[in-house]
Amino acid sequence: MSQQLMNLVESSYRKSEVPFFEVGDTVDVHTRILEGEKERIQIFSGTVIARSGSGTREMFTVRRIVAGEGVERKFPLHSPRIENVDVKRSSVVRRAKLYFLRDRIGKAVRLKERRRV
Amino acid sequence: MFTGILGRKVGMTQIYSESGESIPVTVLEAGPCPVLGIRTVEKDGYSAVQLGYQDKKRPAGNRKRSRSSQASRSERGQVTNRLGSKRQEKRAGQVAPTPKAECEPQKFIREFRGDAPDEIEIGTLVDVSGFHPTLADLPTLLKELAEKNKIDPEDVGWQAQLKKKKPLDYRDCLSSIMSVDVTGTSKGRGYAGVMKRHNFAGQRASHGVKKVHRHAGGTGMSAAPSRLFKGKRMAGQYGNATITTRNLKVAVVDQENNLLLVRGAVPGPNGGYVVIRETNKFN
Repeated sequence: MSQQLMNLVESSYRKSEVPFFEVGDTVDVHTRILEGEKERIQIFSGTVIARSGSGTREMFTVRRIVAGEGVERKFPLHSPRIENVDVKRSSVVRRAKLYFLRDRIGKAVRLKERRRV
Repeated sequence: MFTGILGRKVGMTQIYSESGESIPVTVLEAGPCPVLGIRTVEKDGYSAVQLGYQDKKRPAGNRKRSRSSQASRSERGQVTNRLGSKRQEKRAGQVAPTPKAECEPQKFIREFRGDAPDEIEIGTLVDVSGFHPTLADLPTLLKELAEKNKIDPEDVGWQAQLKKKKPLDYRDCLSSIMSVDVTGTSKGRGYAGVMKRHNFAGQRASHGVKKVHRHAGGTGMSAAPSRLFKGKRMAGQYGNATITTRNLKVAVVDQENNLLLVRGAVPGPNGGYVVIRETNKFN
């Protein structure tokens, strides 16, 4: 009974259609941000290195290198502020969390591309 | 007037406001609660409303093996006049029977102090309709309130507090409850040490500390006063106590499913019974 009620509450705050992407994908995350009064869309592009949580609490981490410095942003998947997640490229990965990328610099960061059939 | 309802903690989750903020909420299943009794100053010396929550099982065929989870005769007699007793038979025709709720016996029964409004009688079902969500539409709500009462919108709520002005009392303008105090029984932790119970620091892991890493250390002084002061924090029973979390904002009211979502945590395990009252703390 409790679980049913929780699902009921969570389902109303869950997006009906979640953009499909996987760990290892290079994505553009479109986020709506408020600049003063005006709202505009900001794009953060990088590699998805982790997905965590479940239900409305699901989050995903995107990593990119900015001016030689690794930057990671964690987004709530179901947040209304996340407009879209655009998959630019998929790669061959063998694990769910790509934390090993944090220790790599330069060419070693590259992941082998996976062609979708 | 009494303002409250009984319920059950369902669990915690997070929801998103329209602007995209994530709000940590506790889901409470509240009501519908039948009014089991009304206390009045004339009759009882104080005024209160007694509510019940969740139907209690009736004993199965064999009375001798009835359990505490099953309603006893007295519990059934509390909610109905149809049980039939010798006393009732004797007094039939002379004294009017006390009005009863005529519902199933209830599992969780509590009284709320305060006068019963006219529309509430014994047997009325109290539900979450008296609550009003604050988080999503607080700015618009405040504006409306200010317009209605012809005051500067900036003099409403906490903004007025900042300016050291008397804030507008929500209760004067709105009959609904926007902020609640939730009382529950906290999770029992048994006989706990001082580190868990009082957040003591304990002692060092090394540097000569022997077998007292989680101990409290000294508890008193010397020959003077040669006794321990009362209230010294020590190890002991922790949890399983009645705890009230005050001033939780109502985030969502779902009348259809009898759900109340409040911002923040509520004492007790999931499934634990809670008493939800209008807050007595105004910030």
